[in-house]
Formats: sequence, structure tokens, C-alpha cells
Amino acid sequence: MSSHFKKKRSGAKPTISTASLPDIVFMLLFFFMVVTVLRQGEMKLKIAIPDATQLTKLEEKSLVNYIYIGRPIEKYAKVYGTKPRIQLGDAIVDGPANIPLFLEQHKVKVPESRHTLITTSLRVDGNVTMGIVQDVKVMLRKSNQLRLNYSAKKKEEAAM
Amino acid sequence: MLKKRTRDRGSNEINASSMADIAFLLLIFFLVTTQIVEDKGILVKLPPWSEVPPDPLKLIPRNVFAVLVNSNNQLLVRGEPANVDELKDRAKEFIINPTQREDLSQSPTKAIISLKNDRGTNYQTYLQVYNELKAAYDELWDEECLRKYGVPYSDELPLDYRKEIKGKIPMVLSEAEPTSYGEE
Repeated sequence: MSSHFKKKRSGAKPTISTASLPDIVFMLLFFFMVVTVLRQGEMKLKIAIPDATQLTKLEEKSLVNYIYIGRPIEKYAKVYGTKPRIQLGDAIVDGPANIPLFLEQHKVKVPESRHTLITTSLRVDGNVTMGIVQDVKVMLRKSNQLRLNYSAKKKEEAAM
Repeated sequence: MLKKRTRDRGSNEINASSMADIAFLLLIFFLVTTQIVEDKGILVKLPPWSEVPPDPLKLIPRNVFAVLVNSNNQLLVRGEPANVDELKDRAKEFIINPTQREDLSQSPTKAIISLKNDRGTNYQTYLQVYNELKAAYDELWDEECLRKYGVPYSDELPLDYRKEIKGKIPMVLSEAEPTSYGEE
């Protein structure tokens, strides 16, 4: 009896079909392509975000524009010096005077009904003095961009 | 005729087993190059800009909780040096004034927190102080909400609940123009 079964099994070729494997992997690939947002431009400043506890998550990425403040990384220190600078998009700018144009360029990509929901996210290095941050804040107020986010990391509870 | 038949006999399928490898390669490339940027932070609303300096409001000193951060990152709370760690509890006590002390705010609606910094203040310190002051309000809202509706305060609550809570304990955090000490 048992020998009979054995004979029948050994006759079939036990292969698993891998034909659907590419489809599965492509699905994963597309998922990652859709979910991740490519950061435009390279970071020319060294920014270590400070940490805090009372955080709000920024939901819609298309409504957020970023202003970076920090010291230039070594590669650019020769050109831009070592003092804190402002980076808009992928360029280091001379001063806060360039901010209104930058905000306007972002604004045109957003439907007009949602203009009031635009948030500016300040990604500022923890070791920068408030002077430059203050200048940026004044410029934002002058450009009537009042929703502001001080970007911060979640503080570890154990450290508290 | 004979030639055609021999061709048909061979398998017409393209070998697709390497497709998975190619797709995996792409997938790994995307995994490595992209980074999921999750942006979190302290959300604030700036006051609108006006060219004319605001009128010096006549405020009763007991209703003002003045916090000063100097260019050496030292704290001065209501005229005396203080520590960041005690800031939250002091702010909470000031706003609520549970024992009706004479030197703390008359009521939460009249309480004003004033924050002033130097241009030389470290950004990290400034954010820490701001965080503590916001934490004081967040905790008060939580307590008030728990007492009234039995749930902690969150943005998912109905709008009129939130309005009620924020009407009772409004967050008034005024930031003065910084003094220009210690600028880099």
C-alpha cells in the first residue's frame, strides 16, 4: 500500500511557480515609490534638530515649505563661511530678504482655497543663536505667513 | 513547411525568472535612496506684522508671567533666576492659581505669559522654554477636558468642545522683540 503511494508521488515534479514573484515585488516597489517623498536638492547646511515633547505632526506635505537654518557643511564652508546661514530649496541665500519670493513660488503650486493652511517649517540647528531665527520670523510675519512650525524631534521619555 | 514545424516545437515563452531579480534590485535602490521624512514640531501662530509698535498695554503685574532668556541661556522668571525644569509647574500654578494667591493671575483668561529672549540666545534653549510653556497649557487643557468630558484633550474632539476648553483657558503667549545682546 505505502509503496504504491510513493511511486505515484515521485512521478510529479515538485516545483513552486515563481511566475507571480515579480508582480509582488513590483507592487512593493510601487508602494515605496508612492509613499516616499524625494527630498529636492541637497542639504548644504549641517542641521541637528533639537528635541521637544509637545509635538504636532505635519500632515500634508504639499502644504509645507521648509526653511533651513544652520552652519554650512565643510564642503561649502570655504564659499559661505562658518556663520549660520539660511537655505531655501537647494540654495543658500544671502539673507531673509529672499524669503517672500520663495513663499510665493510655493504658493502658486497650492490651490487658492488652501492658501491659509500653508505651514512654514523651520528646520533650525540647535546651536544657532536666535538672531537669525528672529530675522526670519519677522520676514514671515511681514509676508503674512503666520503658520509656523519649529521642527523638533521627539524627546526620549527616559531622559526626562 | 518542415522547417516551420521544428520551430514551433520549441518553447515560445520568455524566461521571466530574472524579472524578480530586476524588480528586487529596483526596490532595494529605492529603499536605500529615499528617506521617510517625518516632520514633527511645535506648531505656533505668529502675530500679524504691523509697522506701528503696539501700545504699551496697562497690565496688572500679577497677571503677567514674564520669562526672560538671556544670551547665556539663563532664565529669569518674574524677576528671579529659575530653572527650565520648574518652569512648567510654575506656569501651571500661575495660570490656574488654585489657592487664590495675591501674586498669581486673577483668572486663567486674564493670565498672560510673556517671553523675551536675546538675539544671542541659543535656539535649543529657546525651544526648550517654549516647549515647557506649551506643555503647561497642554496639561491644563487635558485636565480641564478630563474633568468636564472625561476624555483627554485632543484635536479629534468636536470643535465646540475644543472652543469651550480654549475659551476657559486661552493660550496667551506674547513674544517681545528680542534685545540684541550676544549676536554672533
